[in-house]
Amino acid sequence: MSSSSNEEIRRYAPERSNVDDKEVLAPATKQANIKLSIRKVNAWFGKKHAVKDVSLDVKENSVTAFIGPSGCGKTTLLRCINRMHEMTPGGKSDGKVVLDGLNIYDKSSDPAIIKRRIGMVFQKPNPFPTMSIYDNVAAGLKLNGVRDKKLIHDIVEQSLVEAALWEEVKNELHMPGMGLSGGQQQRLCIARALAMQPEILLMDEPTSALDPIASSKIEELVQHLKEHLTIIIVTHNMQQAARVSEYTAFMYIGELIEYDQTKDLFKNPHKELTEKYISGRFG
Amino acid sequence: MNNDNEHKEGQEKISKEKSLNTSINYRQVFDDISSKYTSRRRITNKVVSIVAIVFVIGAIIPLGSILLEVIKNGIAVISIQFLTQPPGSIGSGSGGIGPAIQGTLITVGLASLIGAPIGILSGIYLSEYAPAGSAKGGRERAISFFANTIRLFNDVLTGLPSIVIGIVGYVTIVLAINSFSVWAGAFALSIIMIPIISRVTEETLKLVPNSLREAGYSLGISKSKITLFIVLKNAKDGVLTGVILAISRIAGETAPLIMTILGTSLFFTSLTGPVDALPLRIWRLASQPYESAHAFGWGAALVLILMILILSASLRIIARGRGIKVRTETI
Repeated sequence: MSSSSNEEIRRYAPERSNVDDKEVLAPATKQANIKLSIRKVNAWFGKKHAVKDVSLDVKENSVTAFIGPSGCGKTTLLRCINRMHEMTPGGKSDGKVVLDGLNIYDKSSDPAIIKRRIGMVFQKPNPFPTMSIYDNVAAGLKLNGVRDKKLIHDIVEQSLVEAALWEEVKNELHMPGMGLSGGQQQRLCIARALAMQPEILLMDEPTSALDPIASSKIEELVQHLKEHLTIIIVTHNMQQAARVSEYTAFMYIGELIEYDQTKDLFKNPHKELTEKYISGRFG
Repeated sequence: MNNDNEHKEGQEKISKEKSLNTSINYRQVFDDISSKYTSRRRITNKVVSIVAIVFVIGAIIPLGSILLEVIKNGIAVISIQFLTQPPGSIGSGSGGIGPAIQGTLITVGLASLIGAPIGILSGIYLSEYAPAGSAKGGRERAISFFANTIRLFNDVLTGLPSIVIGIVGYVTIVLAINSFSVWAGAFALSIIMIPIISRVTEETLKLVPNSLREAGYSLGISKSKITLFIVLKNAKDGVLTGVILAISRIAGETAPLIMTILGTSLFFTSLTGPVDALPLRIWRLASQPYESAHAFGWGAALVLILMILILSASLRIIARGRGIKVRTETI
């Protein structure tokens, strides 16, 4: 995508216009309520260029959705935000991702600490099979060296409450996490991520393996969580994007085509490609 | 007969005409095929099942008959005295195989203490730390070459005749300390164990779904902790199977022990001195020209088989007790 169309995208960045890289790094970012700024991020799988020059801003305490057809790079972009992409064999990326004024791709920033600040929920529920419900939530704390049992206990309970799972499992905390239903497992994974007290939660198609009832529970949960978290959600389901998000980014073959407030993007898309996609004419 | 043939030909004609008239009559084509092949398919199916069952029985017969023979000939001599006493004078039919049981436990135990950690750690390295396939960067390519070399050596080592490993133990340790010793035996046996455990560990760890590693990374957990507390914990049954396999294999080894621990009719004294072992004792007893010695040999063989059985069964029970029942359905 040319730089002029990048300018155009910036016009649709949440409540801001024409931000350049210097401004992003300045404290002014905080005043504008921008939690995360992505600048000219490129990502590759081996030789395949999966994300091309994407720049966008994510507002604090909001839900931002990435939509687009399969293979458009939305999941890869999401995985660039917490430096997960570089752990895939052949995965490579460049560009800036600025979290509260800190470029997470700086040499000085520790990928492990970035991942604690930016939590992630995966497409398929993946609780640790050998661990109980309690240990699944406590795993991140325990394996990161937290020894204080009282603290761990409090955080586990709080995280399960936040993930709307506490009432269902409070009497069986020592049962295996794999014994739960798919929807419960996914909420367990959310609780596991919340236990690390992240500032941003990345959700990679969190409901695509779930039935409609379990999905709607997750969507409801997302609405609660955004009160003290910033959420970025990748979804195949446009209705879901419309229901849960305030901002939506539409991607196509690695490029960010359009980024706007969700209600504007769905009602009044500026690009023909976006309009075609949301009206179901391809994808 | 003739009538039948005519009838068939007629039907074929009709069906041909039909299929020509109405573009293609799929139903008819399908019926023709199925009536033609159904009986043949059934017969083939029966034949293959019967052949499979015959071969399974063929595989079990030698195994079962060996077990029966050993039990039949060995059960009579087994007594407390047989299990605990040192061998009596040759041909007297008195004494027991106490030193051999003790020696096998000590040598195999020591070999496992050396071999299991090295084997498991090398398997972890091959699965988790060495990049798979053809890596691009110079350093990664070097690591990948190193890992492939280890894999090749593992395979070669698995196929190496155990007497050769015995000679290595003899040359490196027995000649160095100038005495047949438990150390030399344990060293030789651990060399047999390492490639088996390493290979099984690598293969098992590779079966652990990558999504669990990613879940660990997404919580900011370090790679070493993910490997130990998530990946290895999930693969523990498979790794344990590899260890059991290796222990069973070395418990029955005879050739490397002749070159290293030598065998004796006395109880264990020190790690730097010779010791007895069950396979050695069986071999000695079998080569003596006395009926009573042969009977003892059968008894010793039965004891060896039972020891391996009990060991693997108990390790499995321990593993199962700590395991977790996994519900597999997704939603």
